[in-house]
Amino acid sequence: MNERRYPDETAGPFPAPPIEFTDREGRAVEIRQFDGSVESTEALAEMYIEFDPSDRAQGIPPGTESRVREWLDDILGGDCLNVIAWCDGEAAGHATLVPDGDAFELAIFVHQTYQRAGIGTRLIRGLLGYGQCEGVETVWLTVERWNRAAVSLYEKIGFETSNAESFELEMGLRLNEPPGDDDIESAADG
Amino acid sequence: MKVLCGIGGSDDSVRALERTVERAAAAGDNLTVAVVENPDSSTDVDALVERADDAVDGAGIDAEVRRVEGDPGTRIIEIAEREAFEEVVLGGGHTSPMGKITIGPIAEFVLLNAKTTVTLVR
Repeated sequence: MNERRYPDETAGPFPAPPIEFTDREGRAVEIRQFDGSVESTEALAEMYIEFDPSDRAQGIPPGTESRVREWLDDILGGDCLNVIAWCDGEAAGHATLVPDGDAFELAIFVHQTYQRAGIGTRLIRGLLGYGQCEGVETVWLTVERWNRAAVSLYEKIGFETSNAESFELEMGLRLNEPPGDDDIESAADG
Repeated sequence: MKVLCGIGGSDDSVRALERTVERAAAAGDNLTVAVVENPDSSTDVDALVERADDAVDGAGIDAEVRRVEGDPGTRIIEIAEREAFEEVVLGGGHTSPMGKITIGPIAEFVLLNAKTTVTLVR
């Protein structure tokens, strides 16, 4: 694979969860880090099992319950970072950072009932705030090029297109500066 | 059926090779394996030719393994048309750590430009 490219400038700062707000439909929404509980995992499984198949992108979320559960096992464990948008005890949206070598791959999904209400923007900002606190340096994603709404959301956040030669656009974002010489010197001084 | 399987060394192309050889053995396809130069793959072309030879020998079929130079997508289409292949088989894409499937530029080019049926192996 070719090297991925990222912007020189660091994006943000982004707010870390918990984040409470009222969405454009007047619903109270709270964004929280995934707590690892069975209840939260079940709420996510339920959201994805009900997910409208026409909103699937590049094969995810998977189309059957057993494959949704396998997929969640992969992305909710290990060093993955996950945030959930909660509304009325239900998972309304979910965003995740999955480790990929030195970088993280990002994906975000908002359930059909909760789309077009400003939840996605808050959710992705909350995830990036969490990632920024955890010292994540670079984030990449792919998005189908016809999905203009998603592309403009990512651009607004600070993602820049790094590869436009395929069906999918690849976009990158820098969340934290890499540790430079200055940091090493000041660490030595301290 | 006269089948052209294009491989460049990515994991999905190796999977496509194995499945196509298997199918050729079962269905009696007339198979040619084209080993192309995929700039995104670190696999050595000689090693890949050897791997294809092994797969063909292992399945006990009589298939040609051919080294193809130049732009992979263009060359695969050219060979398919000139030699009247009925189907082109390629790897069906790379799966990201997240589980997202992305189709490589070679498969995309062949898919959009070929006159034959194109099969992407998952």
